[in-house]
Amino acid sequence: MRTQRESSGEPMSGDASDDPLLSARGVGKRFGARFACRNVSFDLFPGEVLAVVGESGSGKTTLLRLLAARLPCDEGSVLYALRDERGAQRGLTDLTHLSEARRRWLARTDWGFVEQNARDGLRMNVSGGANVGERLMALGSRHYGRLRAEALHWMQRVELDTTRIDDLPATYSGGMQQRLQIARNLVTKPRLVFMDEPTSGLDVSVQARLLDLMRELTEELHLAAIIVTHDLAVARLLAHRMLVMKDGRVIEEGLTDRLLDDPQDPYTQLLVSSVLQP
Amino acid sequence: MNAVLAAEKLGKTFTLHQRGGVQLPVFRGLDLQVTGGECVVLTGRSGSGKSSLLRCLYGNYAPSGGSVRVRHDGAWLDLTTAAPRTVLDVRRRTLGYVSQFLRVIPRVPALDIVAEPLRQLGIAADEARDRATRWLARMNLPERLWRLPPATFSGGEQQRVNIAHGLIAAQPILLLDEPTASLDADNRRVVVETIRVARDRGAAIVGIFHDDEVRRAVVTREFDVERFRL
Repeated sequence: MRTQRESSGEPMSGDASDDPLLSARGVGKRFGARFACRNVSFDLFPGEVLAVVGESGSGKTTLLRLLAARLPCDEGSVLYALRDERGAQRGLTDLTHLSEARRRWLARTDWGFVEQNARDGLRMNVSGGANVGERLMALGSRHYGRLRAEALHWMQRVELDTTRIDDLPATYSGGMQQRLQIARNLVTKPRLVFMDEPTSGLDVSVQARLLDLMRELTEELHLAAIIVTHDLAVARLLAHRMLVMKDGRVIEEGLTDRLLDDPQDPYTQLLVSSVLQP
Repeated sequence: MNAVLAAEKLGKTFTLHQRGGVQLPVFRGLDLQVTGGECVVLTGRSGSGKSSLLRCLYGNYAPSGGSVRVRHDGAWLDLTTAAPRTVLDVRRRTLGYVSQFLRVIPRVPALDIVAEPLRQLGIAADEARDRATRWLARMNLPERLWRLPPATFSGGEQQRVNIAHGLIAAQPILLLDEPTASLDADNRRVVVETIRVARDRGAAIVGIFHDDEVRRAVVTREFDVERFRL
């Protein structure tokens, strides 16, 4: 016990990195005369898990779509630390300056996006294995054996029954579909995953297992993630830090346990006191 | 020895916005310096703000004023203004905390809960689990429980998992909030001995101990939180 500290290894690499992976700067989006979200600024660092919480209509899903370049910003910009084909980092690039093709490439390689409804994130007319292999094929991989091996590996990694590899996702349960969606996203080893209410459509017992898996994966793969959720327990379990949104604005942000145990803003206090066990 | 933890002019007032903005002042103008090898025991009546102070020192509560500085990587760092990822790094390597109760994570076995702080330091899974095993054995947790999630454990069993989890990374600063509250006499002695070993290896400790015998066994200095009450 005396020597535990002396014999311990170096802290995980990347944790003390001073270069953000993604930087939101005054991000805003207007639908008609009304701003769905506005003035959102933050830096996200490699391996950092950020939860964006708020009630429906708070603008959190719009924000996620802006950050993931699925919607163009009306105000401000989103910057990302692109890496080139050899994996070298090149500093922050404004996503609006990228060509459409380049943005698609980014979204298919270095990013993942886990949809609330797995059907929106899966191809329902091809097998589970083909779903996992799709990104690799899009990157030019054609070797059947290798694709299948990768699919098996990632199905195992997300604790899916590998004997179901040739079945259509429609035959999977809701929890399995969500796992398949995650595997499909992770196969290219992204550094950042966006998640939109990833567990909210699932039974509670299935939810717990999936959250547990997501916690393990983000830690082991040193994944950065931005998770939109209305469930404070999900934020508590997965996120290092949080943004609380109301009426399109960030009203409080900070370390997850600080924000949940000692909320400062009246609305955050209301949110935290309204749940049974955050 | 030099101080490794310093609260300066620290204040905490809760504002309850759901209760018409009523203010609950806890303490103000609190100065506390702790050096390695010291075990500072917080005293004061129940409700005097001892736990709130510990939580402020851990970065879990946001102070209303003042600063909380820790020696981290050979430099002073103010927890009240540090970025979340910096606070988490300080907790991993410098600042440990044992809460009154274990916050159970669904499905995660006791052994993995205890090994987790070592995993976060980048220690390989096998070695982390080995060391966690030794901690659970030292805490007298029956071996049949090691691979089970603690949700169904007794209060005392959960608390021993919690203590092992809080102390395994051997951070140089430790905050202990009634670590022995739900333990029987034998297990209290084990925990007291563990705290003394940590103190004697040079850890700076701030703790709350209601049990007089425990307090006498670990204390090097008492600190009365009531003096700063409003």
